[in-house]
Amino acid sequence: MAVAGSAFPTPPRIVCAQMSATAASAAMTAQPLTLDGITHSYGGALAVDNVTLEVKGGELVALLGPSGCGKTTLLRIVAGFIQQGNGKVLIDGRPIDTLPPNRREIGIVFQNYALFPHMTVAQNIAYGLAARGESSQVQAQRVEEMLATVQMASFADRKPKQLSGGQQQRVALARALAMRPRILLLDEPFAALDKNLRLDMQIEIKRLQRQFALTAIMVTHDQDEAMAIADRIAVMSQGKIEQLGTPVQIYDEPATLFVNSFIGSSNLLAGRIEAPVEGGYRIALGNGAAWTVPSAGRFAPGQPVLVSVRPEQMLLADEAANDRFPVELKLSLPIGGELIHDVTSADGGSLKIAMSRRPGMASGRSGTAFCGLSDHARPVLFPAPQT
Amino acid sequence: MAGVAAVAGGVPGNKVDWRLAAPLGLTYLAFFAAPFVILLGVSFYADSEQTRLGLDSWTKFYGDAFYRKVIFDTLKLGVFAVLATTLLAYPLALVFRGASPRAQRVLIFIILMPLLTSVVIRTFAWIVILAREGVVNQTLIGLGLTSTPLNLLQTELGLVIALTQIEMPLMLLPLLTIMNGMDQNLIDASRALGASKWRTFFKVTLPLTLPGWIAGATLVFASSTTAFISQSVIGGARLVYLPALIYQQVTVVYNWPFAAVASFTLLFTVLAGIMALGWLGRFARTS
Repeated sequence: MAVAGSAFPTPPRIVCAQMSATAASAAMTAQPLTLDGITHSYGGALAVDNVTLEVKGGELVALLGPSGCGKTTLLRIVAGFIQQGNGKVLIDGRPIDTLPPNRREIGIVFQNYALFPHMTVAQNIAYGLAARGESSQVQAQRVEEMLATVQMASFADRKPKQLSGGQQQRVALARALAMRPRILLLDEPFAALDKNLRLDMQIEIKRLQRQFALTAIMVTHDQDEAMAIADRIAVMSQGKIEQLGTPVQIYDEPATLFVNSFIGSSNLLAGRIEAPVEGGYRIALGNGAAWTVPSAGRFAPGQPVLVSVRPEQMLLADEAANDRFPVELKLSLPIGGELIHDVTSADGGSLKIAMSRRPGMASGRSGTAFCGLSDHARPVLFPAPQT
Repeated sequence: MAGVAAVAGGVPGNKVDWRLAAPLGLTYLAFFAAPFVILLGVSFYADSEQTRLGLDSWTKFYGDAFYRKVIFDTLKLGVFAVLATTLLAYPLALVFRGASPRAQRVLIFIILMPLLTSVVIRTFAWIVILAREGVVNQTLIGLGLTSTPLNLLQTELGLVIALTQIEMPLMLLPLLTIMNGMDQNLIDASRALGASKWRTFFKVTLPLTLPGWIAGATLVFASSTTAFISQSVIGGARLVYLPALIYQQVTVVYNWPFAAVASFTLLFTVLAGIMALGWLGRFARTS
């Protein structure tokens, strides 16, 4: 498919030149979006709890969280489908709370694409322009331009039903972008797509968002999607933003235990603070090993803590050491380029260890081994939750 | 469009076991199709004693301006009933769509309640309401809006009002079903794309709920054009529609061939209306 060509971060120069007029004008108008103390509840249940978020002009922020965390409610508040109980939504510093959805100039791509089934692709894309009262000449021109942008030119007269999921999403994008929206909202944009198609569409959406210099919010429960295309991620739980940061920050330095366990997989080891050391703490793990863990947090000696280590930051060795603990190897799964070991430590804890797999390697050593931190490991310290 | 798909139905590649339809099919054959053929035969008798064959009954019926007006009035009554129920049903369907499941159950109960009452009772209730000394006139006179009572009974207006209430569930049930099944995202998408509420209704909601409306309109049209009891009780002797005409020819005049012609005319009048609605539906889908 032609998508392969767009796998480069910057689109080919010809496309750039063709789109320069619109892209340039859009670049100047990339507008920041501000959520200021948004609170909303359904009946008695608090869905969004005092959320403040600043999305910079041209930035893509992902709202990531489990279902029911309030991310979709937040999106619908920005779109104007829900009137928030409290707080303000501002685009470019001006509040839009009193505007109905049709006056907010916000483009939305829905999870199920929500293409009008009784209209052709071209009619779908022209819908917003017609509603705005553009002449049919402008409509036709813009439709052609948008179809070219999403590489769907030959599908203008098809009905949505005759398109594949990926094609429908391209049309949905074209329909939203044809309006030259101030903000782009993406509601679980990849959830309904085949796994193989997802990466293509992620690249495509990122490319369009950059090309049109759009400020965008994406709602998703899939961390990989968020990691792939968001400039920053806001991890949400129970109506609050738990952590806001770049994908790397969120993954490497999770601020809370929730973020730590929601993003990626990690091993949690129970231990106790032994003593503070330069830039961190010496920890006595429950399984007998002693680790020195860097941390900026404030912990008291003797305080029970949880040490989180990503599976790929651990290793298995044959020799014992005082920063290693004995484990029993239960299972090894070759998953692509990785080998995932499932091990049990003496205190009964189950751990996952990921190692890069050499060709031909199907399983690790069996029986007893010693588990420790790899050289580049960056464990994270959390206070143990009170039980 | 799930409703349409269900109506157009049929699982492709599956053999249909037609024997399942045999009990009803045979009943229809014996008690509907066969009498129907006999009725057609009767219509070709030239005189009421059924002694002479001929096309006299047909030519007499269609040659007389009075009977042609009866056909036209019957059609008109059906169209008015469809229009009135449509105008009231669409706003209610939009309310229903936005209501909570609990409120929806209450609404459905209220909508279905008229169906639990006999048509005769509902019709006589309308007499009480529409009569010269009825509720409507007493209220209007009491408010000083009119000095002389309005003539609502035995008028087309009164009949359309009564039929609108009586036939309303038939319009509402299919319309509510399809309206409720419509994807909210489509409406949201339209609004986000800059369309006003009205534009969204006419460009998105209306076209997508048309199959439900066509089902409802078909039922209302067929039911109101053949509503013998309501037509005769509220319309009285002054307003003559095809069902009353047939009844009169059979039981009073004893001209069965003529009644047979009127029966066929009624049947084809209703069929024509239904086919027009079906054609509208096909037209709406392809455009």
